[in-house]
Amino acid sequence: MSVTSYREALRQAHREALASDPRVFLMGEDVGRYGGTYAVTKGLLEEFGPERVRDAPLSELAFVGAGVGAALGGMRPIVEVMTVNFSLLALDQIVNNAALYRHMSGGQFSVPLVIRMATGAGRQVAAQHSHSFENWYASIPGLTVLAPATPADARDMLAAALAHPDPVVIFEHVQLYNLEGDLPDARNPDIHSAAVRREGRDVCLISYGGSMPKTLQAAEQLAREGIEAEVVDLRVLRPLDDETILASVRKCRRALVVDETWRSGSLAAEVMARIAEQAFYDLDAPLARVCSEEVPIPYAKHLEDAALPQPEKIVAAVNSMLGRAAG
Amino acid sequence: MSIAPPPAGPVPYAKELSVDLLRDMLRIRRLEERSAQLYGEGKIRGFLHLYIGEEAVAAGAMRALRPEDNIVATYREHGHALLRGVPMRSIMAEMYGKHEGCSHGRGGSMHLFDAKHRFYGGNAIVGGGLPLAVGLALADRMQGRSAVTACFFGDGAVAEGAFHESMNLAALWKLPVLFCCENNFYAMGTAIERYESQTDLCTKAASYGMRTLRVDGQDAVAVHEVTKGAARHVREAAGPCFVEFQTYRFRAHSMFDPELYRDKREIEAWKARGPLHTFSARLKAEGKLTEDEFLAMDREVAKEVGDAVAYAENGTWEPVETLLQDVSTGAAPR
Repeated sequence: MSVTSYREALRQAHREALASDPRVFLMGEDVGRYGGTYAVTKGLLEEFGPERVRDAPLSELAFVGAGVGAALGGMRPIVEVMTVNFSLLALDQIVNNAALYRHMSGGQFSVPLVIRMATGAGRQVAAQHSHSFENWYASIPGLTVLAPATPADARDMLAAALAHPDPVVIFEHVQLYNLEGDLPDARNPDIHSAAVRREGRDVCLISYGGSMPKTLQAAEQLAREGIEAEVVDLRVLRPLDDETILASVRKCRRALVVDETWRSGSLAAEVMARIAEQAFYDLDAPLARVCSEEVPIPYAKHLEDAALPQPEKIVAAVNSMLGRAAG
Repeated sequence: MSIAPPPAGPVPYAKELSVDLLRDMLRIRRLEERSAQLYGEGKIRGFLHLYIGEEAVAAGAMRALRPEDNIVATYREHGHALLRGVPMRSIMAEMYGKHEGCSHGRGGSMHLFDAKHRFYGGNAIVGGGLPLAVGLALADRMQGRSAVTACFFGDGAVAEGAFHESMNLAALWKLPVLFCCENNFYAMGTAIERYESQTDLCTKAASYGMRTLRVDGQDAVAVHEVTKGAARHVREAAGPCFVEFQTYRFRAHSMFDPELYRDKREIEAWKARGPLHTFSARLKAEGKLTEDEFLAMDREVAKEVGDAVAYAENGTWEPVETLLQDVSTGAAPR
């Protein structure tokens, strides 16, 4: 056990993957000489050379598609798309090729490709660089979608994704790279289950990725107010782990989903629909969610803060659900 | 568009290869003529894009490639799949949507796949196959294989960003991609001079610093020779190569196309350059083929087509219970 940052955990995972499997290589914008936009891949070019740590041109469509082709050709590519914002330029290759090839070919071809991308807001980089589209990707059959929220998941999910025979998209929230946490020696290869990060009984808070620290912070505040919140980390956004979600909801009888995607059509909406479908009669209160406001994420700090889920908003929503005045 | 005279001159091959090239083209032609008929009968549905008129490209090019090479094709790919070795039976069964089809009825006409023959589809997004081909070539190079990835696409794809990004990446990394542009002068219903600022596609391609070649795509001999040379260049690790095959689609874009955008005289002029009759005439003039031999070949091909149709007719439907199969491995979709 050691305390490590999310970034360092990711780097360690890359180093291990490159060292242990000659089929693994890394490709993306500025992953090599620059060291990675978020410094995740720093030092890997020097260690593994330019064949396996490939700086790509600003051609998201081509290098993501080349990742699909290389995966079809027997390699295990890790493609880093700098951010989810730029992944829109590669969406055709992700949706129409990576996700569809197995089914469209009658099961003849698989695409063992890992696509990593930074996501989310909170750094005052304004509307075009602050998107969260995990919900879009999580709606596509053929993709597995992961959102590590801890250094341990950041490390272990990469290896699990590489071992998966089909395309996996990993979302790394930009606010998490400096997050420090325990890095157990034991590896967790699970990319199927959600995890209960905090035990509670009064309300179930469901979240993932960059909203997890905010949700845990809200749970601490609620505890000070006498409300014991259980916190579920979705971890895997597709396929969703209904079992863990429903078990927690049935225990707490109230549920609130925290999700940085825009409210309409959010991932929260999907989670709530599943709860409503399967646990409606176990609920003591209407379902609730805290999502991003339906506005392009603004630049000014106070406006950006107001647009995003925040611990205070979560606490207020829980109090409202419980019919209590805000604490 | 200036239309050249019909392909002519001696066929520089022994009788066997000469006749093989003709048979290749005839197999595509008869398969597709029957497919169009079956479409009319409602046996084949969805989109059906016929290659009729362009057969010399697939015939000449496929015989220049090796079994270890990869093929990436478009939605107009029946001919490429067939000549790559995908049995006519499984192509027809796929168009019927049957379990016995090469993609088990999941793909249809536009999504023929065959792992055994390294046939990577059947890509129905214009330009969508090019990045994939770059990646296949990268995988070959990183694993020390000397294979070529032949990527077929139409002139319409040249206007897509995927074309430019892929050409750049393949040239930058000197990857063994053979870019095979089948220029039939129309992007669906839009003529090339109406959508390209530079209609000389080789000029465009050359800007990426790769070798470019232009060839009469109606002439199976010219296609075969140029593709052989280009494949050798690519295989010898000299980097990618772009070949423009100038050809023409004799039929509509798809079965839904009323063809309001082409002059009938233009179509007739190109039909005079038909790859099949001009090639068989050359073979006959050289004494490599008699009319009787041609008729025997045609009967043999008709038999293969009839057999493929019977196979598809007698095929089975995938049980609906298998609907969710082959989406992802392992975890069942929830």
